[in-house]
Formats: sequence, structure tokens, C-alpha cells
Amino acid sequence: MTVPMYVPPEQVMKDRADYARKGIARGRASIASTYRDGVLLCAENPSNTLRKVSEIYDRIGFMGVGKYNEFDQLRIAGVRHADLKGYSYSRADVDARWLANQYAQILGQYFTHEMKPLEVEMLIAEMGPEPDGDRLFHLLYDGTVMDMTTFVVIGGEADVIRERMEASWATGADLDTALGAAVGALAGPDRTLGPEDLEVAVLARDNGRRAFQRLEGEALAALLG
Amino acid sequence: MTFPLFTPAEDPGPSFVALLARLGMDRPESDLGQTSPHGFEGVAHGTTVLAVRFADGVVMAGDRRATSGHLISHRSIEKVFPADSGSGVAIAGAAGPAMEMVRLFQLQLEHYEKVEGNPLSLEGKANQLTLMLRSHLPVAMMGLPVVPLFAGYDQQQGRGRLFQFDITGGRYEEQDHAATGSGSLHATTVMKLRFNDTLDADSTLDLAIEALFHAADEDSATGGPDMIRGIFPVLATITSSGFERLADEDVARRTSGLLDRLSGGSR
Repeated sequence: MTVPMYVPPEQVMKDRADYARKGIARGRASIASTYRDGVLLCAENPSNTLRKVSEIYDRIGFMGVGKYNEFDQLRIAGVRHADLKGYSYSRADVDARWLANQYAQILGQYFTHEMKPLEVEMLIAEMGPEPDGDRLFHLLYDGTVMDMTTFVVIGGEADVIRERMEASWATGADLDTALGAAVGALAGPDRTLGPEDLEVAVLARDNGRRAFQRLEGEALAALLG
Repeated sequence: MTFPLFTPAEDPGPSFVALLARLGMDRPESDLGQTSPHGFEGVAHGTTVLAVRFADGVVMAGDRRATSGHLISHRSIEKVFPADSGSGVAIAGAAGPAMEMVRLFQLQLEHYEKVEGNPLSLEGKANQLTLMLRSHLPVAMMGLPVVPLFAGYDQQQGRGRLFQFDITGGRYEEQDHAATGSGSLHATTVMKLRFNDTLDADSTLDLAIEALFHAADEDSATGGPDMIRGIFPVLATITSSGFERLADEDVARRTSGLLDRLSGGSR
């Protein structure tokens, strides 16, 4: 019988984190940003069918980067969880914080106990009744949760994009300005992104019960100016 | 509540009803046991609802009364609901199971749309209602029937469509108008005589109000306009821009107009 070689736990965790980070860094970035009338979700995504931005519930949106099948499975579980909770209790009882915690548990579980960690980074956005109630929950591959009220960048080259975004983000911006800032930050100085390169949606306070709305085609082109 | 992550082999797909069944949260029908020889007289029953097609879509309408046997149990219940943004569902029959069916139906459509990323076709939605009615059949046979109408704007065909159902889940598409519930016979007579292909939204709404009025006039279980309490039928239009419920003031104004015409003409 051979004795398995000793690997220090620090090394195991570091290897796993590197593995997950590499997978995530390969994908293009996405930005979630609060603005005056809600939350903007903006992803660089040339595909028109494989979605990175989705609706979870009345006031909750989802964004994922990394391995598509992994974050899509988590997205569907989130929709199921939210609909089950709303059906069993009331629509008002469904909130993003609970969902973010559940996701964190799953991601943490995979990171420490499974063969390979999930190569995903996710964002759960919740639009509040008032602007100061908007919340962005940022979830990392190892189950770390961060709670923001301004903007969050996920995916590849996030650090560079975050710096660009910090320079242009402002409290209480309208949709035009917020979208301009997000698209500018995603594109950088050397590129321009058109409507066909982007997947954009908003959770808007004036949209009624289901606040999630995709901005596509001509409507998006008009906003981009 | 455990987090609903499934292995590919156990995944319930985009159906919320299948998800409930997978988690053992669906209703156990057998709990109802044997029906009493007197049926369920104490249970509220909804009465007359109808749908009429017009050039740009469909009008749906329903009275506001629920009865338990010979008693009026509710004066202002609602029987016409949006199923999703582009379709509506109206119910007659045992009010409790009917409301629950509507709630589940609305959720089923929304759940599918969110999981799949696209809404079901109008035909697909009607078939979902068929499946729900079929699973409700044992309860219907015990004396708690639910008989819905489903109508919507078919974006693919560019026209309004309406579907009538029976308790077995039988689905019957009607061309021009449909009614269900205890006053449906009288409502249908009015619609049959007054309907024509050139009606616009405005005159179709008036036709729906008139049909409900005559149903209430002849059928004790159907509620007429209640001028004292200010309770009027629920009306909605479904067109390419979606389901839109009429404001109560608008229905009140149209009802007063009808009453004026009737009292002027019959004397």
C-alpha cells in the first residue's frame, strides 16, 4: 500500500483558487451598477442566446461569468428557490440576501469538498423601493460574499475595469449616464462596444411588479447614442 | 426549505408543477376523502365569466358574486386575472380551488419564462391549463369543479384567441365568444345576437357589460351591477400591448349608460 503524499492544506487551497481564477479570467467582464431609477446589469456578451444576465424574481436580477453550464445551473436553482418561497409564503418574503447566502453555501461547499471548485463569479442584484435600498451581492468562487451599493465588476480583467468605472461612476446618475459609464469601462480606451456586443437589462422602479427588463436592439442602440 | 439543486437525471425542467411534485410539495388530493351526499354546499362558487374577440384582441369579463348554495357568500370577489403579460384567465366553479389553480397557473407561466428565457406560445399556455384541470378531475368529481376560460393575444398569428375548458381538461377553441358558469346560457344569447366582426374595443366592452347584465337578470347566482355599494363587473382587454384591466370608474360609466338605455327603451 502506498502512502499518499502529504500536501499542506494551504497549497491545496491555493491550487484550487488558482484553478478557479484562471477559468473565470478567461471570460469577458460584466458590470452591475445602481442608478437613479434602479439597477443596471451590463455584460459584454456577443452571444444572443447564451445569457449572462437574467431575471430571478420581481425585484431580483442575476449575472454570472465563468463556466456557462455551472452558473446557469445555479441561476435556475435560484429561480426555483425564489418561486418556491414566494409560492409557500408571499411574494414580499423573497429577498436577495437569503439567496446570496444560499449561493455562498453551495460555492463554499464545492470549493472545499468537491473534486474541482466551480469556475464562476456571480452577482445578485436587488432593487429596493427607494434608491438607498438597492443592493448588489458579489459572490466569489470560494463562497465569499460582498455587499455593495454602488457598482460591481465581475469576470476577466476586473481590476482594470473597476479602476475605469471608479473614475466615471456617480451617485444618482440617469440610465444614459450609467450605461455610458459601464460600457466605457468594459470597452477601455482602445475599443468601442456596440449593441451587438452587449447584453443589457435593468431592474427599474417604474416597471411594475416584474421590474426586470431587457434592453435590446433599437432601444439599446438609442441609449448608447 | 432546501436549496433546489438537482442532478441532470432528476431535474424537473421548466415546469413549476413538476418541481413541486419532485419536492413532495404538491397537494395530496386524497386528503379530501369521501364527498358528503349533499355535496359542498358551504363552499363558495363563482358564477359567470365570458370572453369576446374583437379586431385587436379579446375582452374578458366576470361578475363579482360568489354563492354558497342559496346564499350570497361574497359580493366583490374577482374572477378575471392576468395569466401573464399577454393573456388572461377567468374562472367559474368552486372558488377556493379555482383561485389556487389561477395562482399556480400564473406561476407556472412565469417560472417557465424565467427558466427557459422565453415565454410559452399561447397554445402552450392553454395546454398547461388542460394539464392542471386533468389533475384536478378527482376533486371536481367530488363536487368541487373548476371551469376556466383562457384568452390571449397570439403574437405569432397576430390575433386574439379564446379557449373554453370543461372539468376533464377538454380544451375547445372558440372563434368569437365564450362564456362559462351558471349564467353563461343567458350571457351567450346576448353575445350571439349582438356579436359581429366589425366591433371595436369600445363596443365590445359595452357588449360584455350587457351580456353580464342579462345573465344577472335571469340567474340568481350571477351578481348584477351594485349601484349602492359601487361594485361593478371586472373587465379587461388583451391586445398586442398586453393585459389591461379597465378602471372601475370606466365600468361604472358604461354600466350607467346601459341602464339608461334599458330604462328608456323598455317603457
